[in-house]
Amino acid sequence: MSAPSGAGQTLAEKILARAGGLERVVPGQIVEGKVDLAMMHEQGAQTVGPFHQMGAEKVWDPERVVIAIDHWVPASTEGAAVLHRILRKFAAEMQLPHFYDVGNHGICHQILAENGWVVPGDLAVGTDSHTNMLGAMGALAAGIGPTEMAAVLALGQLWLKVPPTIRVRVRGRLGPGVTAKDLVLRVLGEIKTTGATYKAIEYCGPTIEGLSMPERFTICNMTTEMGAKAGMVSPDQKTFDYLAPIAKHAMHPLRPDPDAFYERTVEIEVDGMEPMVACPYSPDNVRPLPEVAREHVKVDQVFLGSCTNARIEDLREGAALMKGHRVAPGVRFIVSPASTKIYEQCLREGIIQTFTEAGAVFTNSSCSACFGGNMGILAPEEVCASSSNRNFPGRMGAKQARIYLLSPAATVAAAIRGELADPREMM
Amino acid sequence: MTVRDVIEGRVWVLGDDVDTDGIIGGKYLTIIDPEELKKHVFEIALPEFAGGARTGDIVVAGENFGCGSSREHAPQALRAIGVGAIVADSFARIFYRNSINLGIPTIEAKGVRRLFEKGDPARIEMRAGRVTNARSGASATFPPLPHHLLELLEVGGLVEKVRLELEHRKAAARAAP
Repeated sequence: MSAPSGAGQTLAEKILARAGGLERVVPGQIVEGKVDLAMMHEQGAQTVGPFHQMGAEKVWDPERVVIAIDHWVPASTEGAAVLHRILRKFAAEMQLPHFYDVGNHGICHQILAENGWVVPGDLAVGTDSHTNMLGAMGALAAGIGPTEMAAVLALGQLWLKVPPTIRVRVRGRLGPGVTAKDLVLRVLGEIKTTGATYKAIEYCGPTIEGLSMPERFTICNMTTEMGAKAGMVSPDQKTFDYLAPIAKHAMHPLRPDPDAFYERTVEIEVDGMEPMVACPYSPDNVRPLPEVAREHVKVDQVFLGSCTNARIEDLREGAALMKGHRVAPGVRFIVSPASTKIYEQCLREGIIQTFTEAGAVFTNSSCSACFGGNMGILAPEEVCASSSNRNFPGRMGAKQARIYLLSPAATVAAAIRGELADPREMM
Repeated sequence: MTVRDVIEGRVWVLGDDVDTDGIIGGKYLTIIDPEELKKHVFEIALPEFAGGARTGDIVVAGENFGCGSSREHAPQALRAIGVGAIVADSFARIFYRNSINLGIPTIEAKGVRRLFEKGDPARIEMRAGRVTNARSGASATFPPLPHHLLELLEVGGLVEKVRLELEHRKAAARAAP
């Protein structure tokens, strides 16, 4: 498929044209793109072998490489300790100065966001699928595997097929207790887990313009669950204000042309929208939360964390709801901030105290219970209400465990009631 | 592994939306050795596979194969098993890239899943763009891989391709006055 000649270009097309040093590109074209930022977490340990096998002797630009360990922090198994050691040794040998190690750690995408590592117009790649989150900066940010990362470290570029773009235009006002997470779940319910495979999604419309940067992070983050190569928001004053004090390199903002060619436009109206929940076993199995709550779904564990929803705004909102309540008997409530910086904010604001006194476990920053390989692992038949992004069989432990994906406020409501509940009833 | 024009093998069949947790669970992600990883491949999606698969077997799946996390452990484990090819109605993008980068013939052929049952013999013609069930004779076609990707498979994957590229650059630098 190609765009009609003379038509304008989408944001993804403009960024890939810039990265490839080309005037313009069309969907389907393969571009050798220069990378502005490369990020690795523990999976980067598997980059080291291929990097050496390629005969590479140095990293193309150490100032453009960030290593942020997050899955097992501090190392919880010998295997994880070895991955960390491989990365530390590689960083020392290659003189990579930007290593976010234990004590200065956080979930890799949050580290990139809060330290200004990705700016408008960038082509960014990371060894994690949720690298899409950084598209909220007006960048094209995509997940890649470790072998491909080795090629990026060696050459500073990678091949990308220019994706067709789906435009998601959102109108209306999110009601009290209805969040960006509910919005992205709603979009997932429309586009489904395969609806954007190999494609880019551009979020636009008055509702998106009205969202804060952290809210945009949540939305671009879960674009991954639609199969997309990128989820992005055109940069505006909010983007520039967020990045101005922290940007690590020069911004080169690009915006979609008014006459850009979109494969399809999905219109979403959020006036009157209810909180949403993705039921087992797929992130696109989305239903209105009040409807599911009426079925009295009892929970064994609640998780408020992950790169999707563990920023300070999420934890403040959760703590405000938690205050004056207790975690229901028999429920384990795990709260894990997205970075050490956020942890420190929680400490200063009394948020750790609020959760701990209510009977929750407030952990250090990491991916925590989200991926079933570190802590907060579920036993067969257990049920978890989670603010994270995936609910596939076995995602958080046992194959037979059931995971419901919700907004931060809705996870707290579940922790208080011991079953799925509409957070608006407690506000 | 370098790609042959015709690939033949015995088929294992999986359904739609087999995600990377179903290929290699999160608890195995600290394993680096592919020989160790392969013992756990498809533990959730197809438990009899790891013990029963032989070198050259072909994996046939439905829509959105390899969705979920970016873990390369998934195609690495399949490469360690020695799968001859992975054929699916559609792939998730990161899995597709990882698999091609590792040199595994990875083929998207719409409608392929319903042509096969477990154990059927498959024949894949890379350049002609056809997958045939040699038992039933039914076949599905696919657009042959773009030149760029065929070239990647022909040299044996991305590591080899970049190695050659770097060698070439070094030679050019030496030759320069």
